[in-house]
Amino acid sequence: MTSTDRPGPQTAPPAGIDPRGPRVGAGITAVLLAVVVLIGPRTEALVLLAVVALSFLPGALVGTHATWQGLLFRVLVRPRLGPPEHLEDPRPPRFAQLVGLVVTGTGVALGLGGVLAAVPWAAGIAFLAAALNATVGLCLGCELYLLGRRFRGARV
Amino acid sequence: MAQQTAVLVALVVLTAAVALVWRRRQGQVRVGAARAVASTAWHEDLAALGAAPGARATFLQFSAPVCAACRSTARTLAALAGPDVAHVEVDATEHLDLVRRAQVLRTPTVIVLDAAGAEVARASGAMTPDQARAALDAAAPTDLPSGRNA
Repeated sequence: MTSTDRPGPQTAPPAGIDPRGPRVGAGITAVLLAVVVLIGPRTEALVLLAVVALSFLPGALVGTHATWQGLLFRVLVRPRLGPPEHLEDPRPPRFAQLVGLVVTGTGVALGLGGVLAAVPWAAGIAFLAAALNATVGLCLGCELYLLGRRFRGARV
Repeated sequence: MAQQTAVLVALVVLTAAVALVWRRRQGQVRVGAARAVASTAWHEDLAALGAAPGARATFLQFSAPVCAACRSTARTLAALAGPDVAHVEVDATEHLDLVRRAQVLRTPTVIVLDAAGAEVARASGAMTPDQARAALDAAAPTDLPSGRNA
């Protein structure tokens, strides 16, 4: 299903991805993070948050298509949809995966360090970002990227 | 468990609120408010970027590599560009000085310049064709470019 039939000549970036893939993946992730929040500051929540954090790893290193959520999208969701209006640059969603990895990874690290209360907090923040991405396509990390660059540049 | 459920409900409400506000502000054209900021020598900045201003108006778009809405906005603006309307896209991360001077906080931000190179409107977030046309009207009201022979 990966070989696409391209609808005519397009000015999309060379290795464009279906923009709906990352959003479906974010929806799956948001559900898992909601469960972490519901479990609360307990070991089970830490384990689930670690699973989510590990799921962000291939997304941040390679791209959203390398995650199991991306695989689910290609196998289960995409065959039921029409072709996308246009393809999307894979870099923004990959950056979003990195942001997700940092947020959930911090929660896991604090949880392993004995601060279990940090687990639902990290899950809550990541849930907000993932749910916004899934519902309206807002990439929180991307919105803050330029502010971060401005800030970093100002300190140098 | 009741407490956790309340936290999740609050998170969902917060998500919905942010989503609604964000979506309403996407591409919203702000006219005039920005004029006080830095309506200085935009033509010089354009020249420094190696770009030529449009005879009627210029869309100066600040983009970033990690910005999906920048691509759609660039497509929208490029479709409106022509002999009189220029579309200049700048990588914000490579022109941080200009970004600070222009008080650009996020990408995409589109600054609309009139024929004289003064800022007349700006918008942040993905722009629809309608919003782009409205911004263009703000820069150069839709009278005929050839003159006012009515």
